Amino acid sequence: MKHLLSADQFDRNQAVAILDLAEDMAEVNDRDVKKLPTLRGKTVVNLFFEDSTRTRISFELAAKRLSADVINFAAKGSSISKGESLKDTAQTLEAMGADAIVLRHSASGSALRLANTDWVDSSIINAGDGSHEHPTQALLDAMTIRRSIGQDSRGADLAGIRVLIVGDISHSRVARSNLILLTTLGAEVHFCAPATLAPRSLVGQDRVHYLLDDAIKEVEPDVVMMLRVQQERMSASFFPTEREYARVWGLNKSRLSRLGPRTIILHPGPMNRGLEIDATSADSLNSKVLDQVRNGVSIRMAVLYSILSGGETHA
Amino acid sequence: MTKRTVLSADDLSRAITRISHEILESNHGAENLVLLGIPTRGVILAARIKAVVKKHSGEDLLAGSLDVTLYRDDLAQQPTRGIGITSVPPEGITGKTVVLVDDVLYSGRTVRAALDALNDHGRPKSVRLAVLVDRGHRELPIRADFVGKNLPTSSSEHIGVKLLEIDGLDEVVIES
Repeated sequence: MKHLLSADQFDRNQAVAILDLAEDMAEVNDRDVKKLPTLRGKTVVNLFFEDSTRTRISFELAAKRLSADVINFAAKGSSISKGESLKDTAQTLEAMGADAIVLRHSASGSALRLANTDWVDSSIINAGDGSHEHPTQALLDAMTIRRSIGQDSRGADLAGIRVLIVGDISHSRVARSNLILLTTLGAEVHFCAPATLAPRSLVGQDRVHYLLDDAIKEVEPDVVMMLRVQQERMSASFFPTEREYARVWGLNKSRLSRLGPRTIILHPGPMNRGLEIDATSADSLNSKVLDQVRNGVSIRMAVLYSILSGGETHA
Repeated sequence: MTKRTVLSADDLSRAITRISHEILESNHGAENLVLLGIPTRGVILAARIKAVVKKHSGEDLLAGSLDVTLYRDDLAQQPTRGIGITSVPPEGITGKTVVLVDDVLYSGRTVRAALDALNDHGRPKSVRLAVLVDRGHRELPIRADFVGKNLPTSSSEHIGVKLLEIDGLDEVVIES
């Protein structure tokens, strides 16, 4: 694997293989000595044009656990504020010896652009490009779902699992990558959103729901994934007020009680408590939010290993 | 391509039994022993040694597997490798006598990687090496303590170790 740009670059077997690899990496994260010499001498640059806490730290930790050197680059306080372009920034970083660039950018397609031009030779890992994709998030969600199904989950896919993704689908790269990857793995993905935020073209009309109460009743989901309401990507009013959003589309105590006892709740974070999810649901036993964070490190170790360990010929 | 059987199923079984007894003999019993197989076939051999020890002395040895892929020194020269399962007994290896078990000893680089990997799991009192076949051509100062069969080979030959659990039969062949 040379780059990780989109969740659609995996077929079923490749997706299962990378989840299995992440399970092996998870074993390392349980040890006393959480360090492997595998990527010694490789340099990973976190190039973040948008704010991020968990994704950046997760990639940093994953690279360090594999003994790669990590450079963190945040757009704030850098030459970006002096007007340096993505191309020049990336080329500068490569000239300093970056083997892989982990890119987060507000423009959809920026990772693809960096990978498909002759600007840099480094491997590119998409850590979120605008409202387009966030493939490592989808992988860690898939891992969290797979772990919640059975103890020994190696080799398994997600056939027959019903996933309900709730919230701002239109602006969500998390929803898009999850739709692609979870479908590849055999899951059945439903959306629930205000009509203004629900793109019907992504899934069939019968998989789009407009009211959370109805969706819970009709879908009987095994997994409920609550998305963050992304005020920063909304240029217009998509719903009347936050209180109305919380009332109709938020996950609360009463809706939690109507979910199956084994239904798990995911959230990519950061959570707006009281808006898309209330405290009872966020802190319930069904909530796997912290497992997602934990699995994120294993997934990113697996991705970095797959991209950086091979020789001249990238398999 | 010619193929020659060097160990039959019976030979293989006798070799494992002998290795098991040698391990017990050199350790003066089963106390403090941990068997760690190197995936894939080393894990199976470790399980067989454990079974032989159980049968003859009644002692239940601790056994596990130790994958060394992430510690190899040729990762940058080869296509990306899949990695195997590591499961070290929960009792840990610190203060124990660890016996590494592998099918074929060749360059010695896998064993070097295994020694590095052990470092990250604890500090054994001592480390021993048991292999089914020693085919020579060492590239590092490493030797085995328990050997099923010494098999002088040329480097153009290939040693195939086949075990019932994976390959459906027990034998060791030389292909050239």
